[in-house]
Amino acid sequence: MSISYKKISQIIGPLVYLKNNHDVQYGEIVKIHINDGEVRTGEVIKMDEDVVMIEVFEETRGLSAENSEIFFSNDTFKVKISKDMLGGVFNSLGQPIDIHTRKVLSSDVLADVKRDINGSPINPFAREYPQDIIQTGLSVIDGLFTLVRGQKLPIFSGQGMPHNDLAAQIVTQAQVMKKEPFLIIFCGIGIIHDEAISFIDKFQKSGNIQNIVSFINFADDPVMERLMIPNVALTTAEYFAFEQNMHVLVVLIDMTNYAEALRELSAAKEEIPSRKGYPGHMYSDFARIFERSGMIKNHTGSITQIPILTMPNDDISHPIPDTTGYITDGQLVLDRDLNKKEIYPPFEILASISRLMKDAIGADTTRSDHADLSSQLISSYSNALDVRDLISIVGEDSLTMGERSLLRFADAFENKFLNQKINENRSFDETFKRAWEVLSKLPRNRLNRIHQKFIDKNYNRGV
Amino acid sequence: MTESNNNNIGFISGINGSLINIKGIETKVRLHDLIKVNKHNIIGEVIQIYSDFVVAQCFENTNNLKLKQKILYLDNPLSMELGPGLLSNVFDGIQRPLEKIFQEDETGFIERGIELPSLSREKKWKFTPLMEVNQIVSGGNVVGKVQETQSITHYIMVPPNINGKITYIVKEGEFAIDEEIYRISNGEVEKSYDMIQKWSTTRSRPFHKRLVPNEPLITGQRVIDLLFPIAKGGTVAVPGGFGTGKTVTQQAIAKWCDADVIVFVSCGERGNEVADVLRQFAELTDPRTNRPLLERIVLIANTSNMPVSARESSIFSGITIAEYYRDMGYHVALQADSTSRWAEALREISGLLEEMPAEGGYPAYLPSRLSSFYERAGIIETIGNDGKKNNNIGSLTVLGSVSPPAGDFSEPVTSNTKRFVQTFWALDAELAYQKHYPAINWLDSYSNYPQYIKNWWKTFNLNWDEINLNWQECRNMMNVILSSENELKNMTQLVGEENLPENQQLDLFTANLMKESILIQNAFDDTDNFTTPTKLLAMIQLILLLYKEGKQLLEEGFIIKDIKDLEIIAKIQRIKNSIPNEDIDEIERIKDKLLNEINSLRRSYRVIR
Repeated sequence: MSISYKKISQIIGPLVYLKNNHDVQYGEIVKIHINDGEVRTGEVIKMDEDVVMIEVFEETRGLSAENSEIFFSNDTFKVKISKDMLGGVFNSLGQPIDIHTRKVLSSDVLADVKRDINGSPINPFAREYPQDIIQTGLSVIDGLFTLVRGQKLPIFSGQGMPHNDLAAQIVTQAQVMKKEPFLIIFCGIGIIHDEAISFIDKFQKSGNIQNIVSFINFADDPVMERLMIPNVALTTAEYFAFEQNMHVLVVLIDMTNYAEALRELSAAKEEIPSRKGYPGHMYSDFARIFERSGMIKNHTGSITQIPILTMPNDDISHPIPDTTGYITDGQLVLDRDLNKKEIYPPFEILASISRLMKDAIGADTTRSDHADLSSQLISSYSNALDVRDLISIVGEDSLTMGERSLLRFADAFENKFLNQKINENRSFDETFKRAWEVLSKLPRNRLNRIHQKFIDKNYNRGV
Repeated sequence: MTESNNNNIGFISGINGSLINIKGIETKVRLHDLIKVNKHNIIGEVIQIYSDFVVAQCFENTNNLKLKQKILYLDNPLSMELGPGLLSNVFDGIQRPLEKIFQEDETGFIERGIELPSLSREKKWKFTPLMEVNQIVSGGNVVGKVQETQSITHYIMVPPNINGKITYIVKEGEFAIDEEIYRISNGEVEKSYDMIQKWSTTRSRPFHKRLVPNEPLITGQRVIDLLFPIAKGGTVAVPGGFGTGKTVTQQAIAKWCDADVIVFVSCGERGNEVADVLRQFAELTDPRTNRPLLERIVLIANTSNMPVSARESSIFSGITIAEYYRDMGYHVALQADSTSRWAEALREISGLLEEMPAEGGYPAYLPSRLSSFYERAGIIETIGNDGKKNNNIGSLTVLGSVSPPAGDFSEPVTSNTKRFVQTFWALDAELAYQKHYPAINWLDSYSNYPQYIKNWWKTFNLNWDEINLNWQECRNMMNVILSSENELKNMTQLVGEENLPENQQLDLFTANLMKESILIQNAFDDTDNFTTPTKLLAMIQLILLLYKEGKQLLEEGFIIKDIKDLEIIAKIQRIKNSIPNEDIDEIERIKDKLLNEINSLRRSYRVIR
């Protein structure tokens, strides 16, 4: 039986203080019953012999020292997980919701298991080094920055850039190459209503909804829930990956909202701020989310993460992208100039990298010329961008033939390879075909990063 | 609990994150001693002592703990278990055996409260005694040996601060590490010893005396060995923003450097990186012994998602293990990737303690903690040397990488680290973008070791007739040419390279040749990944010969294009990945060809004239 308390001694921001006089567990979940019938949830985050500090998940508005009764649950927060969750939409507490009304559906999930959302760290020795791939159907990712199962590959975007379209496209198109069980978990962190509805709408129309589990935390939901939802989503992912042996792709959008919530709560707790007011433990908090990806020896499943974040003021050295870049296995950066040129997806090629790609691509998974192709495309495009800069100084007339061919290549690369429609799903073969097509704009002898036998086979074919 | 150890029991009086307050042991406990939460099997370290309670920092999360729960005072600080079985093993920050944990818990996760001995008690080692009964011994004396891996002999030493006469020692045979091996009597008491030593992580192990470093740690990385060398027993910091190749540089050094034992501490980094390191070290062979590299490596992996307090301990755990092998007379390299994550752990704990922050939120004692880490490096004469070992000199080289936020080297961890290290390899994002790896910026980096190690290099002099520079002369000339290029860079952008004077164009050309053929090195190419001192001297002298002859040619009235058009230059550029280390003769043939081409250039010119 749980014990109830009638008297709150202090309320400060999201924190409620109680006089401590029974054996509370650290991290214990409490229910706060307000006399108008409303129930809120909180967690014990600090205690000593006199006082228990409780962080309330929902808002603390309407609470008073007199009107509430507090029940201790005798347990830490656990989320219910079930195989029936496929195709459903859930809130931060793992309850099924109706996306249009935001109401919690009374039909509670029949739980197969209940899990602590903080999980346990994966034993570094038990990790399998990721060496197989996921196809996203986007040429730029599949061709140049291939997504590897078990990888965490963030997308650095900015306000007004098409990261939502990109997220939806990846969720609806992603697939594993062999016929292995595959599941996508979509986790919206502090996203606005219209976006949320449009996401779910797209998923339903894709015909793939049975393979998608969505978790949504709305922008006006309480901040505390914002901090929980990635862990709820990832606990679910761990169940499906390592107990049901599925390959799980988790898309987290937008991690910037998570970091803002972290800062807000940190300030409420009067913690000592570090860079730009973000708490010093932000690195560990991010790491605890991002490290819940990977593969484990003797298990066939995997968790792959695509966290999406918006860089404040497009500043890649801002603490949020900076911290993320250090922990993740690469990064994909969106570029505002390309976006203005109506190139979609507008990837900043030179700033992007997939660190696990080199060991995962090749004849066994994609194609034998893949590594050479991606290296050549990136290096030629980099040279071409230098030539574009040169034009602004010397003018187009004084360019050499070689420089002109680079310009033609860059235009073709942007329009034929990079650019694709938001519902266009390209196979690897299609991507490679386009890669050769744009590389054929360059003279044969400029393809110094590609093995001769591949050039002989593919150069200028079908053009 | 029995009456007698009642003093060792306390109880929880408060919980805040990983910190717990404990009452009941405050009069007894020493700072940095360990405690254990009995019910959940969680270990913690005492970090503050007040008059009526103590504060301990737990190495695992504190969920479900309650006030009034029993705390056991363990009466010992965090100590490493030192003995056979450390090599090729993987531990977390407080030396829990991760491979063993995986065998016990095949889900692959680390559940809370796992308690296992750090070193296997089941495994039997073949012990060979090197001492006899009645011999007088003191701390550091070698009583016997164990072949720990095929590459490394593990010397069983008398623990520091122990003196006396051996009263018993086993005959050669198979023993587990906790079985009795020998007994020592100091005249009054006889004590029994096994193969295990325990040593607190925060105290450095004693040595006889410090020596002056005089030998380089050869890394096989050309930019390091030539321009920014590190001495055995030296210290180096490797700072770089994300994507600048810190980890690849550290891994390349772990693979190729000529230390006997490597302790690799992955501190707060990615799990997939640890998986990658393990996979590579198991597959690669040590070029000197032809055995798997893993046989000379101890890996400490406390990834970013593992408890912060264990992360804080991890680099001191690593350096204690490294000192232990140093005491056997080995050259040991400790690599910590990354010390910034360690400093952040320090900051996190300091924040929980509500200490007054200094710069960047880091505690004011950050510099003193950093110095207590880097100052444990050094080349030393071991204690207890008795002629039984091949060598009584051991060294501990410390290589710490730093991850400055936004690549800003003025932040507290980088700037304070610079105060305590002798070598600084500044990794540069711009070079990394240009795919210039290792992205060590030759203008911002420095090394204070050349004067110490220049004599060592003299044995590698090639004594070529046409050019005979020693290592120091080579690096001086290279530095002059590279800095000349830097000065000319702005001018070049304004007026264009072809409008510079010919001899300046030669500087630019030579600098570029140096960058392409010496500084850029492919860690993934089978020939290029490692360059021996001899090949390195041959390569640089070849370029300097070309430079010298080029100057001569310009004086004789030739133009820079004549030099650039020499056919041999393409060959010089490819020496790094086309000519194996052993084949110095082939480089000499290229040198002869170079001279031939220059001579025929002169002849043809005379004909035209």
